[in-house]
Amino acid sequence: MEKRSKATEEQLAYAKVLDMGMKIGLIALVITFIVYLTGIFVPHIPVNDLPKYWGMPAHRYLEAAGINSGWSWLGMLGKGDFLNFTGIAFLAGVTLLCYARIIPVFFRKKDAVYGAIAIMEILVLALAASGILKAGGH
Amino acid sequence: MKRYQDTELFRKADHNAFSPAGHKIATFFFALCLFHLSPDSAAASAVASSPELIPPEAAMQWWIWPLILFVVTFLLGIVAVLGGVGGGVLFVPIISGFFPFHLDFVRGAGLLVALAGALAAGPGLLKKGMADLRLALPVALIASSCAIVGAMIGLALPANFVQTALGATILGIVAILLLSKKSEYPEVKQADALSTALRLNGIYYEASTGQEVNWKIHRTPQGLATFILVGVMAGMFGLGAGWANVPVLNLMMGAPLKVSVATSKFLLSITDTSAAWIYINNGAVLPVMVVPSIIGIMLGSIVGVRILAKTKPAAIRYMVIGLLLFAGMRALLKGLGI
Repeated sequence: MEKRSKATEEQLAYAKVLDMGMKIGLIALVITFIVYLTGIFVPHIPVNDLPKYWGMPAHRYLEAAGINSGWSWLGMLGKGDFLNFTGIAFLAGVTLLCYARIIPVFFRKKDAVYGAIAIMEILVLALAASGILKAGGH
Repeated sequence: MKRYQDTELFRKADHNAFSPAGHKIATFFFALCLFHLSPDSAAASAVASSPELIPPEAAMQWWIWPLILFVVTFLLGIVAVLGGVGGGVLFVPIISGFFPFHLDFVRGAGLLVALAGALAAGPGLLKKGMADLRLALPVALIASSCAIVGAMIGLALPANFVQTALGATILGIVAILLLSKKSEYPEVKQADALSTALRLNGIYYEASTGQEVNWKIHRTPQGLATFILVGVMAGMFGLGAGWANVPVLNLMMGAPLKVSVATSKFLLSITDTSAAWIYINNGAVLPVMVVPSIIGIMLGSIVGVRILAKTKPAAIRYMVIGLLLFAGMRALLKGLGI
């Protein structure tokens, strides 16, 4: 019998969600970028104007391009450039799904400490993703 | 650079304007450009063009820099695999040093590059039992919380300050790579109380020797405390943090080298997620940079793995260290305005 390192139930559950989410996210990233390049959806910032913006600090770029921070991109998914954020956000959100998957496993195994750690991690990631935390302005 | 200092926006942005060295590299890679991506999609726009704001360099076709970025990240992907370092640690100093993109966007893209690599590697490492979820979770909670703080600090500080600190950090990483002695199986005489309480131990199968390796860790409080700093630096510079994770897990806490490397890679998928959201939500992510970078570095990594079997890793490793030294010096000098 082939010897293998031992992966726990929660580890395998985490890996399964991560594997699926990563593939969906990467496919979405590539497809939306192709759509962006084809110009099927008009971009908020014309591609020829991009060099005017990519040398600016992020907060100045938001001002100059008339974009709000946080989740405002959700309302701009009809624009070719902002459509790309579906794949980017999905990749950045996969870990939350993985944690959500393993919390019940920990509590079923009466591993309350790790269940609590996983819940705290979800809260940390949710805080980061919420858009509440504003930075910049230098 | 003075050529377009008459406009307020670009006076503020000139910190990242083209450099002579950047231009030489651009010219070199421009020769490699073989195709033109859709130029017509700008025909209609929601944002009005303002010709007076366009710096002379921006008169170049918009797609040239993303294409060069793709080629460079492809090469970085190869070099990163051969040199045994993460893509993020090469990406940020090199792209911020030689490309016209502002450091905010480079760090945002760097985090997403490191994140995508970690997400892609994570499932395999977890399934094989090389990465240890139990070891990763408490570390990740600390590192990801602190990465948020680091990201906010990084976006709030002036770019030249962050660029200088980045240069100093990269030079520090060079020192770590040169001086740190990795230990395959560190000797851990006794697990500490915290690691015992959290059951931070395990067994992994070492294929090269055909043996099962039992491992446990020590100095857990010190290790976890160190991840506060690692998390802040990961978020602040967008570097990923494998260069710091592995020495802490392996040398400080005593996890076997393979477990440390695998757990570190997986850990990045959590640490970089929290920092990446701060960059996304604060406008520091440009798809036109992020997507070519992620695809480039992933394709490069695939090619790198194939080349790995035919190369001498030690020589490549010194090449990577030399590259980091060069990029670190460049970042430092650029930050200092020299």
